[in-house]
Amino acid sequence: MHAGVIEFPGSNCDRDLAVAFEAAGARVSRIWHKDTSLPAGLDVIGIPGGFSFGDYLRCGAIAARSPISRAIVDFANAGGYVIGICNGFQVLTETGLLPGALMRNAGLKFVCKPVGLKVVTADSAFTSRYEPGAEITIPVAHHDGNYTADSETLARLRGEGRIAFTYVENPNGSLADIAGILSENRRVLGMMPHPERAADPAHGGTDGLALFKGLEAVLEPA
Amino acid sequence: MKAIVKVMLKEGVLDPQGEAIRHALGTLGFGGVEGVRQGKVIEIALAGEDREKARAKVEAMCEKLLANTVIERYEIEVE
Repeated sequence: MHAGVIEFPGSNCDRDLAVAFEAAGARVSRIWHKDTSLPAGLDVIGIPGGFSFGDYLRCGAIAARSPISRAIVDFANAGGYVIGICNGFQVLTETGLLPGALMRNAGLKFVCKPVGLKVVTADSAFTSRYEPGAEITIPVAHHDGNYTADSETLARLRGEGRIAFTYVENPNGSLADIAGILSENRRVLGMMPHPERAADPAHGGTDGLALFKGLEAVLEPA
Repeated sequence: MKAIVKVMLKEGVLDPQGEAIRHALGTLGFGGVEGVRQGKVIEIALAGEDREKARAKVEAMCEKLLANTVIERYEIEVE
């Protein structure tokens, strides 16, 4: 598996994401935001957490219009796998690859703690290693994780089984407790919690590792 | 020429920051505050003289970057 991790000015989870991909057996290329093309033979792109461009204008808004994002959109539209975590999820909604938007937390506070997540669907490369309905513990760390979408979009996400994770106890006011969603082709995942921060016993939990391992299973032909 | 863009959350989208301001105004003793919505104002200095062209250009800017039309609406004023 060849993974690409994007780096924007202000990204700060890029290294952790690269380490998590490597732990799942991937070779990782780090990709600069000013690049206009992706390395050849890339299997999956990771858009890391952080505060790209200082969260100016809206979280993820400037990053979503940076040169590399055009290449990311083309990659995803051609059926490539993309995971956006935290700020990466915000970038994915700003590009339009995922529907909805992420607003300021309902409690207005930055929330940084491990949270319980319910795996709503196992029908994706990212979630195939989990039992549907399983509860896992993954840390969140965000100020703008309050997912919102119109009722039509929510109905579609539900109807198509595209809600990947929900919060057991909602920390940010997100619509329908949504923590992560999938694209229509189930190959683009955006989620606010940080699986790369629960991928090594030293992190205090390893519930996030299966997400990266699941990708490995799909992307490495047996 | 100057364009002023006002970006606000759409009606029906809960504005947690506006709610916090409303609460704080109540704490300060301001009665009768029925609602507060917070938005942003963006001033754009533009070259050229044609107001209609400027407006069209700023509208494209709003659609592409300045507003997230999933949750926000915008108003443009050209001075």
